[in-house]
Amino acid sequence: MLLLALDTATPAVTVALHDGRAVIASSGQVDARRHGELLLPAVDRVLAEAGLKLDAVTGVVVGIGPGPYTGLRVGLMTADTFGLALGVPVHGVCTLDGLAYAADIEKGPFVVATDARRKEVYWATYADSRTRLTDPAVDRPADIADRVAGLPAVGAGALLYPDTFPKVHEPEHVSAAALASLAAERLAKGEELPAPRPLYLRRPDAQVPKNYKVVTPK
Amino acid sequence: MADEPLVLGIETSCDETGVGIVRGTTLLADAIASSVDEHARFGGVVPEVASRAHLEAMVPTIDRALKEAGVSAKDLDGIAVTAGPGLAGALLVGVSAAKAYAYALGKPLYGVNHLASHICVDQLEHGALPEPTMALLVSGGHSSLLLSSDITSDVRPMGATIDDAAGEAFDKIARVLNLGFPGGPVIDRYAKEGDPRAIAFPRGLTGPRDPAYDFSFSGLKTAVARWIEAKRAAGEEVPVRDVAASFQEAVVDVLTRKAVRACKDEGVDHLMIGGGVAANSRLRVLAQERCEAAGIRLRVPRPKLCTDNGAMVAALGAEMVARNRPTSSWDLSADSSLPVTDPHVPGHDHVHEVSKENLYS
Ligand SMILES: [Zn+2]
Repeated sequence: MLLLALDTATPAVTVALHDGRAVIASSGQVDARRHGELLLPAVDRVLAEAGLKLDAVTGVVVGIGPGPYTGLRVGLMTADTFGLALGVPVHGVCTLDGLAYAADIEKGPFVVATDARRKEVYWATYADSRTRLTDPAVDRPADIADRVAGLPAVGAGALLYPDTFPKVHEPEHVSAAALASLAAERLAKGEELPAPRPLYLRRPDAQVPKNYKVVTPK
Repeated sequence: MADEPLVLGIETSCDETGVGIVRGTTLLADAIASSVDEHARFGGVVPEVASRAHLEAMVPTIDRALKEAGVSAKDLDGIAVTAGPGLAGALLVGVSAAKAYAYALGKPLYGVNHLASHICVDQLEHGALPEPTMALLVSGGHSSLLLSSDITSDVRPMGATIDDAAGEAFDKIARVLNLGFPGGPVIDRYAKEGDPRAIAFPRGLTGPRDPAYDFSFSGLKTAVARWIEAKRAAGEEVPVRDVAASFQEAVVDVLTRKAVRACKDEGVDHLMIGGGVAANSRLRVLAQERCEAAGIRLRVPRPKLCTDNGAMVAALGAEMVARNRPTSSWDLSADSSLPVTDPHVPGHDHVHEVSKENLYS
Protein backbone atom coordinates (compact mmCIF):
# COMPACT_ATOMS: atom_id res chain seq x y z
CA MET A 1 0.00 0.00 0.00
CA LEU A 2 1.24 3.45 -0.88
CA LEU A 3 -0.98 6.43 -0.10
CA LEU A 4 -0.31 9.89 -1.47
CA ALA A 5 -2.01 12.46 0.78
CA LEU A 6 -2.44 16.15 0.09
CA ASP A 7 -4.32 19.06 1.61
CA THR A 8 -4.81 22.64 0.40
CA ALA A 9 -7.85 23.60 2.48
CA THR A 10 -5.91 26.00 4.70
CA PRO A 11 -2.88 28.28 4.13
CA ALA A 12 -0.74 25.11 4.35
CA VAL A 13 0.14 23.27 1.14
CA THR A 14 1.03 19.84 2.42
CA VAL A 15 1.88 16.47 0.84
CA ALA A 16 2.86 13.10 2.33
CA LEU A 17 3.49 9.49 1.35
CA HIS A 18 2.40 6.62 3.63
CA ASP A 19 3.38 3.02 2.95
CA GLY A 20 0.70 1.45 5.16
CA ARG A 21 2.96 1.35 8.21
CA ALA A 22 4.35 4.86 8.46
CA VAL A 23 4.81 8.19 6.73
CA ILE A 24 7.89 7.85 4.51
CA ALA A 25 8.15 11.40 3.16
CA SER A 26 6.33 14.68 3.65
CA SER A 27 6.33 18.36 2.82
CA GLY A 28 4.55 21.37 4.27
CA GLN A 29 4.65 24.98 3.14
CA VAL A 30 2.49 27.82 4.42
CA ASP A 31 1.47 30.31 1.75
CA ALA A 32 -2.22 31.17 1.45
CA ARG A 33 -1.90 32.65 -2.03
CA ARG A 34 0.11 30.08 -3.99
CA HIS A 35 -1.55 26.69 -3.59
CA GLY A 36 -1.72 26.27 -7.35
CA GLU A 37 1.98 26.87 -7.86
CA LEU A 38 3.30 24.96 -4.85
CA LEU A 39 1.34 21.71 -4.88
CA LEU A 40 2.72 19.83 -7.91
CA PRO A 41 6.39 20.62 -7.17
CA ALA A 42 5.76 19.45 -3.59
CA VAL A 43 4.35 16.15 -4.86
CA ASP A 44 7.39 15.79 -7.11
CA ARG A 45 9.75 16.51 -4.22
CA VAL A 46 8.09 14.10 -1.83
CA LEU A 47 8.21 11.29 -4.40
CA ALA A 48 11.87 12.01 -5.14
CA GLU A 49 12.65 11.99 -1.41
CA ALA A 50 11.10 8.54 -1.11
CA GLY A 51 12.81 7.37 -4.31
CA LEU A 52 9.44 6.46 -5.82
CA LYS A 53 7.42 7.29 -8.92
CA LEU A 54 3.81 8.40 -8.92
CA ASP A 55 2.71 5.16 -10.57
CA ALA A 56 3.64 3.27 -7.40
CA VAL A 57 0.79 5.01 -5.55
CA THR A 58 -2.18 2.74 -4.75
CA GLY A 59 -4.53 5.38 -3.39
CA VAL A 60 -4.89 9.14 -3.03
CA VAL A 61 -6.07 10.87 0.15
CA VAL A 62 -7.23 14.47 -0.02
CA GLY A 63 -8.39 17.02 2.54
CA ILE A 64 -11.97 17.99 1.64
CA GLY A 65 -12.01 21.06 3.83
CA PRO A 66 -13.82 22.98 5.00
CA GLY A 67 -11.53 25.77 3.81
CA PRO A 68 -11.33 28.78 1.50
CA TYR A 69 -12.64 27.48 -1.80
CA THR A 70 -10.07 28.58 -4.33
CA GLY A 71 -7.23 26.83 -2.51
CA LEU A 72 -9.38 23.88 -1.48
CA ARG A 73 -10.21 23.10 -5.11
CA VAL A 74 -6.52 22.91 -6.08
CA GLY A 75 -6.03 19.86 -3.87
CA LEU A 76 -9.31 18.22 -4.83
CA MET A 77 -8.82 18.73 -8.56
CA THR A 78 -5.26 17.41 -8.34
CA ALA A 79 -6.34 14.35 -6.35
CA ASP A 80 -9.28 13.63 -8.68
CA THR A 81 -7.08 13.84 -11.75
CA PHE A 82 -4.36 11.65 -10.23
CA GLY A 83 -7.10 9.12 -9.51
CA LEU A 84 -8.26 9.26 -13.12
CA ALA A 85 -4.79 9.00 -14.64
CA LEU A 86 -3.51 6.27 -12.31
CA GLY A 87 -6.76 4.34 -12.00
CA VAL A 88 -6.57 4.34 -8.19
CA PRO A 89 -9.21 5.26 -5.58
CA VAL A 90 -9.37 8.80 -4.17
CA HIS A 91 -10.42 9.11 -0.52
CA GLY A 92 -11.62 12.26 1.21
CA VAL A 93 -10.74 13.19 4.78
CA CYS A 94 -12.19 16.18 6.62
CA THR A 95 -9.33 18.65 7.06
CA LEU A 96 -10.41 19.38 10.63
CA ASP A 97 -10.15 15.63 11.40
CA GLY A 98 -6.53 15.78 10.24
CA LEU A 99 -5.80 18.56 12.70
CA ALA A 100 -7.58 16.70 15.50
CA TYR A 101 -5.55 13.57 14.75
CA ALA A 102 -2.28 15.51 14.78
CA ALA A 103 -3.19 17.12 18.11
CA ASP A 104 -2.95 13.63 19.67
CA ILE A 105 -5.40 14.29 22.50
CA GLU A 106 -6.67 11.11 24.14
CA LYS A 107 -9.25 12.70 26.38
CA GLY A 108 -11.31 15.64 25.14
CA PRO A 109 -13.51 17.25 24.52
CA PHE A 110 -11.66 19.81 22.46
CA VAL A 111 -12.31 22.00 19.45
CA VAL A 112 -10.54 22.43 16.11
CA ALA A 113 -10.80 25.81 14.36
CA THR A 114 -9.34 27.07 11.09
CA ASP A 115 -9.53 30.50 9.51
CA ALA A 116 -12.62 30.89 7.33
CA ARG A 117 -11.80 34.55 6.60
CA ARG A 118 -14.55 37.21 6.82
CA LYS A 119 -14.07 37.13 10.60
CA GLU A 120 -15.35 33.55 10.80
CA VAL A 121 -13.88 30.14 11.63
CA TYR A 122 -14.47 26.64 10.34
CA TRP A 123 -14.80 24.45 13.42
CA ALA A 124 -15.90 21.18 14.96
CA THR A 125 -15.68 19.57 18.40
CA TYR A 126 -14.00 16.24 19.21
CA ALA A 127 -14.25 13.66 22.00
CA ASP A 128 -10.69 12.57 21.24
CA SER A 129 -8.25 12.74 18.31
CA ARG A 130 -10.19 10.14 16.33
CA THR A 131 -13.78 10.98 17.25
CA ARG A 132 -15.61 14.03 15.94
CA LEU A 133 -18.70 15.08 17.92
CA THR A 134 -20.21 17.74 15.64
CA ASP A 135 -20.48 18.40 11.91
CA PRO A 136 -18.00 20.95 10.56
CA ALA A 137 -19.56 24.42 10.68
CA VAL A 138 -18.69 28.02 9.85
CA ASP A 139 -19.43 30.73 12.41
CA ARG A 140 -18.27 33.97 13.97
CA PRO A 141 -16.12 33.11 17.01
CA ALA A 142 -18.23 35.28 19.33
CA ASP A 143 -21.38 33.40 18.29
CA ILE A 144 -19.98 30.02 19.39
CA ALA A 145 -18.15 31.23 22.51
CA ASP A 146 -20.71 29.53 24.80
CA ARG A 147 -20.39 26.20 23.04
CA VAL A 148 -16.59 26.07 23.12
CA ALA A 149 -16.08 27.70 26.53
CA GLY A 150 -13.35 26.03 28.54
CA LEU A 151 -12.29 23.66 25.72
CA PRO A 152 -8.71 23.47 24.46
CA ALA A 153 -8.61 24.61 20.83
CA VAL A 154 -6.42 23.36 17.97
CA GLY A 155 -5.53 25.21 14.76
CA ALA A 156 -4.78 28.61 13.28
CA GLY A 157 -8.39 29.68 13.72
CA ALA A 158 -7.98 29.38 17.46
CA LEU A 159 -4.82 31.50 17.47
CA LEU A 160 -6.64 34.25 15.58
CA TYR A 161 -9.41 34.65 18.17
CA PRO A 162 -7.92 34.34 21.68
CA ASP A 163 -11.05 35.85 23.26
CA THR A 164 -13.08 32.84 22.15
CA PHE A 165 -10.24 30.29 22.29
CA PRO A 166 -7.95 31.19 25.23
CA LYS A 167 -6.55 27.63 25.61
CA VAL A 168 -4.62 26.87 22.42
CA HIS A 169 -3.18 23.41 21.72
CA GLU A 170 -0.70 22.39 18.98
CA PRO A 171 -0.53 22.11 16.01
CA GLU A 172 -1.30 25.35 14.21
CA HIS A 173 -1.35 23.89 10.68
CA VAL A 174 -2.71 20.71 9.17
CA SER A 175 -0.22 18.18 7.81
CA ALA A 176 -0.79 15.66 5.05
CA ALA A 177 1.23 13.25 7.21
CA ALA A 178 -1.56 13.27 9.79
CA LEU A 179 -4.19 12.98 7.09
CA ALA A 180 -2.39 10.00 5.56
CA SER A 181 -1.93 8.26 8.93
CA LEU A 182 -5.58 8.75 9.82
CA ALA A 183 -6.71 7.47 6.43
CA ALA A 184 -4.37 4.45 6.62
CA GLU A 185 -5.72 3.62 10.08
CA ARG A 186 -9.34 3.83 8.95
CA LEU A 187 -8.76 1.90 5.75
CA ALA A 188 -6.94 -0.84 7.70
CA LYS A 189 -10.05 -1.15 9.89
CA GLY A 190 -12.15 -1.54 6.78
CA GLU A 191 -13.87 1.80 7.31
CA GLU A 192 -15.32 3.73 4.43
CA LEU A 193 -13.82 7.19 3.87
CA PRO A 194 -15.90 10.10 2.54
CA ALA A 195 -16.01 10.82 -1.19
CA PRO A 196 -13.52 13.48 -2.35
CA ARG A 197 -16.18 16.21 -2.54
CA PRO A 198 -15.51 19.68 -1.12
CA LEU A 199 -17.15 20.79 2.13
CA TYR A 200 -18.02 24.33 1.07
CA LEU A 201 -20.45 25.11 3.92
CA ARG A 202 -21.32 28.46 2.35
CA ARG A 203 -23.38 29.21 -0.73
CA PRO A 204 -21.65 31.03 -3.59
CA ASP A 205 -21.73 34.81 -3.23
CA ALA A 206 -24.12 35.69 -5.97
CA GLN A 207 -27.03 38.01 -6.10
CA VAL A 208 -29.88 37.83 -8.49
CA PRO A 209 -29.71 41.30 -10.03
CA LYS A 210 -32.33 43.81 -9.03
CA ASN A 211 -34.53 45.18 -11.73
CA TYR A 212 -32.89 46.89 -14.64
CA LYS A 213 -31.33 50.26 -13.75
CA VAL A 214 -32.72 53.21 -15.70
CA VAL A 215 -30.14 55.33 -17.54
CA THR A 216 -32.32 58.25 -18.63
CA PRO A 217 -31.56 61.30 -16.47
CA LYS A 218 -34.50 62.40 -14.34
CA MET B 1 -0.92 12.21 -40.24
CA ALA B 2 -0.10 9.76 -37.45
CA ASP B 3 3.14 11.55 -36.67
CA GLU B 4 1.35 14.83 -36.03
CA PRO B 5 1.15 15.65 -32.32
CA LEU B 6 -1.78 14.19 -30.38
CA VAL B 7 -2.71 16.77 -27.75
CA LEU B 8 -5.43 17.08 -25.13
CA GLY B 9 -6.52 20.64 -24.24
CA ILE B 10 -8.34 21.85 -21.14
CA GLU B 11 -10.28 25.14 -21.01
CA THR B 12 -11.90 26.59 -17.85
CA SER B 13 -11.47 30.36 -18.20
CA CYS B 14 -15.18 31.13 -17.87
CA ASP B 15 -18.31 28.99 -17.56
CA GLU B 16 -17.53 26.16 -20.00
CA THR B 17 -15.53 23.12 -18.91
CA GLY B 18 -13.95 22.18 -22.23
CA VAL B 19 -11.75 19.19 -23.04
CA GLY B 20 -10.67 18.76 -26.65
CA ILE B 21 -8.34 16.37 -28.41
CA VAL B 22 -6.61 17.08 -31.72
CA ARG B 23 -4.02 15.43 -33.90
CA GLY B 24 -2.14 18.32 -35.48
CA THR B 25 -4.85 20.32 -37.23
CA THR B 26 -7.43 17.52 -37.11
CA LEU B 27 -10.22 17.71 -34.54
CA LEU B 28 -10.80 14.38 -32.78
CA ALA B 29 -12.97 15.38 -29.80
CA ASP B 30 -14.62 18.48 -28.40
CA ALA B 31 -16.32 17.67 -25.08
CA ILE B 32 -18.04 20.49 -23.22
CA ALA B 33 -19.90 20.79 -19.92
CA SER B 34 -21.48 24.19 -19.47
CA SER B 35 -22.76 25.81 -16.29
CA VAL B 36 -24.55 28.56 -18.26
CA ASP B 37 -27.99 27.54 -16.97
CA GLU B 38 -26.83 27.98 -13.39
CA HIS B 39 -25.77 31.56 -14.18
CA ALA B 40 -28.87 32.58 -16.13
CA ARG B 41 -30.90 33.69 -13.13
CA PHE B 42 -28.01 35.90 -12.00
CA GLY B 43 -27.93 37.66 -15.37
CA GLY B 44 -24.21 36.96 -15.79
CA VAL B 45 -21.48 34.48 -14.98
CA VAL B 46 -20.92 34.05 -11.23
CA PRO B 47 -17.25 33.11 -10.73
CA GLU B 48 -17.75 30.86 -7.69
CA VAL B 49 -20.60 28.98 -9.38
CA ALA B 50 -18.39 28.47 -12.45
CA SER B 51 -15.43 27.23 -10.38
CA ARG B 52 -17.57 24.72 -8.49
CA ALA B 53 -19.00 23.41 -11.75
CA HIS B 54 -15.52 23.01 -13.30
CA LEU B 55 -14.37 20.83 -10.39
CA GLU B 56 -17.44 18.59 -10.72
CA ALA B 57 -17.29 18.33 -14.51
CA MET B 58 -13.57 17.93 -15.17
CA VAL B 59 -12.95 14.20 -14.78
CA PRO B 60 -16.15 13.11 -16.60
CA THR B 61 -15.40 15.57 -19.41
CA ILE B 62 -11.83 14.27 -19.86
CA ASP B 63 -13.24 10.75 -19.97
CA ARG B 64 -15.82 11.75 -22.55
CA ALA B 65 -13.23 13.44 -24.77
CA LEU B 66 -10.96 10.37 -24.74
CA LYS B 67 -13.88 8.10 -25.68
CA GLU B 68 -15.05 10.48 -28.39
CA ALA B 69 -11.54 10.65 -29.88
CA GLY B 70 -11.02 6.90 -29.52
CA VAL B 71 -7.51 7.41 -28.18
CA SER B 72 -5.75 6.27 -25.04
CA ALA B 73 -4.32 8.80 -22.60
CA LYS B 74 -0.92 7.14 -22.74
CA ASP B 75 -0.65 7.94 -26.47
CA LEU B 76 -0.96 11.70 -25.94
CA ASP B 77 2.05 13.83 -26.89
CA GLY B 78 1.15 16.66 -24.57
CA ILE B 79 -1.41 18.32 -22.32
CA ALA B 80 -2.35 21.94 -22.99
CA VAL B 81 -4.35 24.19 -20.70
CA THR B 82 -5.64 27.75 -20.69
CA ALA B 83 -3.32 29.56 -18.26
CA GLY B 84 -5.13 32.90 -18.81
CA PRO B 85 -6.65 35.37 -19.25
CA GLY B 86 -9.98 34.60 -17.57
CA LEU B 87 -11.62 34.18 -14.16
CA ALA B 88 -8.82 33.46 -11.67
CA GLY B 89 -10.59 30.78 -9.64
CA ALA B 90 -12.00 29.07 -12.71
CA LEU B 91 -8.63 29.02 -14.50
CA LEU B 92 -7.00 27.51 -11.43
CA VAL B 93 -9.25 24.43 -11.56
CA GLY B 94 -8.23 23.71 -15.16
CA VAL B 95 -4.55 24.40 -14.52
CA SER B 96 -4.58 22.08 -11.48
CA ALA B 97 -6.20 19.31 -13.51
CA ALA B 98 -3.83 19.72 -16.46
CA LYS B 99 -0.73 19.69 -14.28
CA ALA B 100 -1.85 16.59 -12.39
CA TYR B 101 -2.81 14.83 -15.61
CA ALA B 102 0.43 15.67 -17.41
CA TYR B 103 2.51 14.74 -14.38
CA ALA B 104 0.73 11.44 -13.78
CA LEU B 105 0.96 10.44 -17.45
CA GLY B 106 4.55 11.66 -17.85
CA LYS B 107 3.59 14.08 -20.64
CA PRO B 108 4.82 17.61 -21.39
CA LEU B 109 2.60 20.46 -20.18
CA TYR B 110 1.78 23.61 -22.16
CA GLY B 111 0.09 26.55 -20.44
CA VAL B 112 -1.36 28.58 -23.30
CA ASN B 113 -3.15 31.87 -23.89
CA HIS B 114 -6.93 31.80 -24.24
CA LEU B 115 -6.98 34.51 -26.92
CA ALA B 116 -4.30 32.88 -29.08
CA SER B 117 -6.29 29.64 -28.74
CA HIS B 118 -9.40 31.36 -30.13
CA ILE B 119 -7.34 32.20 -33.23
CA CYS B 120 -5.56 28.86 -33.55
CA VAL B 121 -8.81 26.87 -33.45
CA ASP B 122 -9.44 27.88 -37.04
CA GLN B 123 -6.68 25.48 -38.08
CA LEU B 124 -9.09 22.67 -37.21
CA GLU B 125 -11.60 24.11 -39.69
CA HIS B 126 -9.62 25.69 -42.51
CA GLY B 127 -6.12 24.23 -42.20
CA ALA B 128 -2.87 25.97 -41.28
CA LEU B 129 -3.19 29.66 -40.43
CA PRO B 130 -1.76 32.01 -43.04
CA GLU B 131 1.16 34.03 -41.71
CA PRO B 132 0.40 36.73 -40.93
CA THR B 133 -3.26 36.46 -39.92
CA MET B 134 -5.46 39.33 -38.77
CA ALA B 135 -7.90 38.17 -36.10
CA LEU B 136 -11.01 39.80 -34.72
CA LEU B 137 -11.87 38.25 -31.35
CA VAL B 138 -15.29 39.11 -30.03
CA SER B 139 -17.03 37.55 -27.03
CA GLY B 140 -18.51 38.37 -23.65
CA GLY B 141 -15.01 38.80 -22.27
CA HIS B 142 -12.99 40.25 -25.12
CA SER B 143 -13.15 42.48 -28.21
CA SER B 144 -9.76 42.76 -29.85
CA LEU B 145 -8.04 43.04 -33.17
CA LEU B 146 -4.86 40.99 -33.20
CA LEU B 147 -2.15 40.49 -35.80
CA SER B 148 -0.15 37.29 -35.62
CA SER B 149 2.80 36.21 -37.74
CA ASP B 150 3.26 32.98 -35.73
CA ILE B 151 0.52 31.94 -33.35
CA THR B 152 3.00 30.23 -31.00
CA SER B 153 5.28 33.22 -30.56
CA ASP B 154 4.01 36.49 -32.00
CA VAL B 155 0.60 37.99 -31.32
CA ARG B 156 0.43 41.76 -31.61
CA PRO B 157 -2.57 43.76 -30.32
CA MET B 158 -3.83 46.27 -32.91
CA GLY B 159 -6.81 47.47 -30.91
CA ALA B 160 -9.29 46.50 -28.23
CA THR B 161 -12.43 47.72 -26.54
CA ILE B 162 -11.93 50.67 -24.21
CA ASP B 163 -15.04 49.78 -22.17
CA ASP B 164 -17.48 46.86 -22.61
CA ALA B 165 -16.77 43.74 -24.61
CA ALA B 166 -19.10 43.27 -27.60
CA GLY B 167 -20.78 40.25 -25.99
CA GLU B 168 -21.42 42.23 -22.81
CA ALA B 169 -23.28 44.84 -24.83
CA PHE B 170 -25.51 42.07 -26.22
CA ASP B 171 -26.17 40.80 -22.68
CA LYS B 172 -27.03 44.26 -21.38
CA ILE B 173 -29.39 45.16 -24.20
CA ALA B 174 -31.10 41.77 -23.88
CA ARG B 175 -31.65 42.62 -20.24
CA VAL B 176 -33.14 46.02 -21.01
CA LEU B 177 -35.48 44.27 -23.46
CA ASN B 178 -36.27 41.56 -20.86
CA LEU B 179 -35.01 38.82 -23.17
CA GLY B 180 -32.89 36.94 -20.61
CA PHE B 181 -29.26 35.76 -20.47
CA PRO B 182 -27.11 35.18 -22.48
CA GLY B 183 -28.12 37.96 -24.82
CA GLY B 184 -26.23 37.11 -28.01
CA PRO B 185 -28.35 34.27 -29.43
CA VAL B 186 -31.69 35.83 -28.49
CA ILE B 187 -30.86 39.27 -29.99
CA ASP B 188 -29.66 37.51 -33.15
CA ARG B 189 -33.01 35.69 -33.35
CA TYR B 190 -35.18 38.78 -32.88
CA ALA B 191 -32.99 40.84 -35.19
CA LYS B 192 -33.71 38.48 -38.07
CA GLU B 193 -37.30 39.76 -38.13
CA GLY B 194 -36.42 43.41 -37.57
CA ASP B 195 -35.21 46.30 -39.71
CA PRO B 196 -31.52 47.09 -39.12
CA ARG B 197 -32.06 50.62 -40.48
CA ALA B 198 -35.12 51.39 -38.35
CA ILE B 199 -33.19 53.31 -35.71
CA ALA B 200 -29.84 55.05 -36.29
CA PHE B 201 -27.85 54.07 -33.19
CA PRO B 202 -24.36 55.58 -32.78
CA ARG B 203 -21.19 53.88 -34.06
CA GLY B 204 -18.60 54.19 -31.27
CA LEU B 205 -15.06 55.48 -31.96
CA THR B 206 -15.60 55.97 -35.69
CA GLY B 207 -14.80 59.69 -35.87
CA PRO B 208 -11.82 60.90 -37.90
CA ARG B 209 -9.73 61.53 -34.81
CA ASP B 210 -10.72 58.37 -32.93
CA PRO B 211 -8.25 55.47 -32.60
CA ALA B 212 -8.63 53.44 -35.80
CA TYR B 213 -8.73 49.94 -34.28
CA ASP B 214 -10.15 50.43 -30.78
CA PHE B 215 -13.79 49.75 -29.92
CA SER B 216 -16.32 51.29 -27.56
CA PHE B 217 -19.77 49.84 -26.89
CA SER B 218 -20.70 51.65 -23.71
CA GLY B 219 -22.11 54.73 -25.48
CA LEU B 220 -24.15 52.56 -27.83
CA LYS B 221 -25.53 50.59 -24.90
CA THR B 222 -26.65 53.79 -23.16
CA ALA B 223 -28.16 55.20 -26.37
CA VAL B 224 -30.21 52.05 -26.93
CA ALA B 225 -31.37 51.97 -23.31
CA ARG B 226 -32.43 55.64 -23.47
CA TRP B 227 -34.29 55.09 -26.70
CA ILE B 228 -36.23 52.19 -25.15
CA GLU B 229 -36.95 54.12 -21.97
CA ALA B 230 -38.27 57.08 -23.97
CA LYS B 231 -40.69 54.76 -25.77
CA ARG B 232 -41.81 53.22 -22.52
CA ALA B 233 -42.19 56.64 -20.86
CA ALA B 234 -44.39 57.76 -23.75
CA GLY B 235 -46.55 54.71 -23.21
CA GLU B 236 -45.66 53.32 -26.63
CA GLU B 237 -44.84 49.72 -27.40
CA VAL B 238 -41.11 49.00 -27.84
CA PRO B 239 -40.46 47.50 -31.30
CA VAL B 240 -38.21 44.75 -29.92
CA ARG B 241 -37.29 43.29 -33.32
CA ASP B 242 -36.30 46.64 -34.82
CA VAL B 243 -34.34 47.62 -31.72
CA ALA B 244 -32.51 44.27 -31.73
CA ALA B 245 -31.73 44.55 -35.45
CA SER B 246 -30.61 48.18 -35.28
CA PHE B 247 -28.47 47.62 -32.19
CA GLN B 248 -26.88 44.50 -33.68
CA GLU B 249 -26.20 46.36 -36.91
CA ALA B 250 -24.39 49.13 -35.01
CA VAL B 251 -22.14 46.57 -33.32
CA VAL B 252 -21.28 44.46 -36.35
CA ASP B 253 -20.91 47.49 -38.61
CA VAL B 254 -18.12 48.88 -36.41
CA LEU B 255 -16.49 45.49 -35.85
CA THR B 256 -16.26 44.60 -39.53
CA ARG B 257 -15.40 48.11 -40.69
CA LYS B 258 -12.41 48.30 -38.34
CA ALA B 259 -11.28 44.75 -39.01
CA VAL B 260 -11.26 45.26 -42.77
CA ARG B 261 -9.47 48.55 -42.37
CA ALA B 262 -6.78 46.92 -40.22
CA CYS B 263 -6.26 44.26 -42.90
CA LYS B 264 -5.90 46.89 -45.62
CA ASP B 265 -3.58 49.10 -43.57
CA GLU B 266 -1.31 46.17 -42.72
CA GLY B 267 -1.50 44.56 -46.15
CA VAL B 268 -2.96 41.35 -44.72
CA ASP B 269 -5.25 39.41 -47.04
CA HIS B 270 -6.77 37.05 -44.44
CA LEU B 271 -9.21 37.89 -41.66
CA MET B 272 -10.08 35.37 -38.97
CA ILE B 273 -13.07 35.99 -36.66
CA GLY B 274 -13.40 34.08 -33.38
CA GLY B 275 -15.05 34.23 -29.95
CA GLY B 276 -18.68 33.71 -28.98
CA VAL B 277 -19.96 36.76 -30.89
CA ALA B 278 -18.52 35.24 -34.08
CA ALA B 279 -21.52 32.92 -33.89
CA ASN B 280 -23.72 35.97 -34.67
CA SER B 281 -25.34 35.41 -38.06
CA ARG B 282 -25.36 39.06 -39.12
CA LEU B 283 -21.67 39.48 -38.23
CA ARG B 284 -20.82 36.52 -40.44
CA VAL B 285 -22.83 37.85 -43.37
CA LEU B 286 -21.58 41.43 -43.19
CA ALA B 287 -17.96 40.34 -42.68
CA GLN B 288 -18.24 38.11 -45.75
CA GLU B 289 -19.64 40.97 -47.86
CA ARG B 290 -17.02 43.47 -46.80
CA CYS B 291 -14.12 41.05 -47.06
CA GLU B 292 -15.17 40.05 -50.57
CA ALA B 293 -15.40 43.69 -51.61
CA ALA B 294 -11.92 44.31 -50.22
CA GLY B 295 -10.32 41.17 -51.65
CA ILE B 296 -9.76 39.66 -48.21
CA ARG B 297 -10.26 35.97 -47.47
CA LEU B 298 -12.51 35.48 -44.44
CA ARG B 299 -12.07 32.52 -42.09
CA VAL B 300 -14.71 31.93 -39.42
CA PRO B 301 -14.89 28.57 -37.65
CA ARG B 302 -18.26 26.86 -37.10
CA PRO B 303 -20.11 28.40 -34.10
CA LYS B 304 -19.25 25.55 -31.70
CA LEU B 305 -15.54 26.23 -32.22
CA CYS B 306 -16.05 30.02 -31.81
CA THR B 307 -17.38 29.79 -28.27
CA ASP B 308 -15.01 28.66 -25.51
CA ASN B 309 -13.98 25.01 -25.88
CA GLY B 310 -11.12 22.63 -25.17
CA ALA B 311 -10.34 21.88 -28.81
CA MET B 312 -9.00 25.40 -29.34
CA VAL B 313 -6.56 24.90 -26.46
CA ALA B 314 -5.52 21.53 -27.86
CA ALA B 315 -5.06 23.12 -31.30
CA LEU B 316 -2.63 25.69 -29.92
CA GLY B 317 -0.92 23.04 -27.78
CA ALA B 318 -0.39 20.87 -30.87
CA GLU B 319 1.17 23.84 -32.63
CA MET B 320 3.48 24.36 -29.63
CA VAL B 321 4.58 20.72 -29.87
CA ALA B 322 4.99 20.89 -33.65
CA ARG B 323 7.14 24.03 -33.38
CA ASN B 324 9.19 22.70 -30.48
CA ARG B 325 8.20 25.45 -28.07
CA PRO B 326 9.42 25.07 -24.48
CA THR B 327 7.07 23.34 -22.06
CA SER B 328 5.62 24.91 -18.91
CA SER B 329 6.89 23.94 -15.48
CA TRP B 330 5.04 22.18 -12.66
CA ASP B 331 4.68 25.47 -10.82
CA LEU B 332 2.66 26.94 -13.70
CA SER B 333 0.08 29.29 -12.25
CA ALA B 334 -3.22 30.59 -13.55
CA ASP B 335 -2.84 34.22 -14.64
CA SER B 336 -6.19 35.99 -14.89
CA SER B 337 -4.58 38.88 -16.78
CA LEU B 338 -2.09 36.98 -18.95
CA PRO B 339 -1.12 39.49 -21.67
CA VAL B 340 -2.32 38.73 -25.18
CA THR B 341 1.30 39.06 -26.32
CA ASP B 342 2.23 35.84 -24.44
CA PRO B 343 0.86 32.93 -26.51
CA HIS B 344 2.11 30.50 -23.89
CA VAL B 345 3.83 30.37 -20.50
CA PRO B 346 7.20 28.67 -20.92
CA GLY B 347 8.79 27.28 -17.78
CA HIS B 348 12.16 27.75 -16.19
CA ASP B 349 14.20 24.85 -17.51
CA HIS B 350 15.79 23.52 -14.36
CA VAL B 351 12.51 22.79 -12.58
CA HIS B 352 11.24 20.81 -15.50
CA GLU B 353 14.48 18.90 -15.95
CA VAL B 354 14.35 17.59 -12.40
CA SER B 355 10.77 16.48 -12.86
CA LYS B 356 11.42 14.88 -16.22
CA GLU B 357 14.17 12.78 -14.75
CA ASN B 358 11.87 11.63 -12.00
CA LEU B 359 9.15 10.81 -14.50
CA TYR B 360 10.87 9.15 -17.39
CA SER B 361 13.81 7.33 -15.86
ZN1 LIG C 1 -13.13 33.15 -25.00
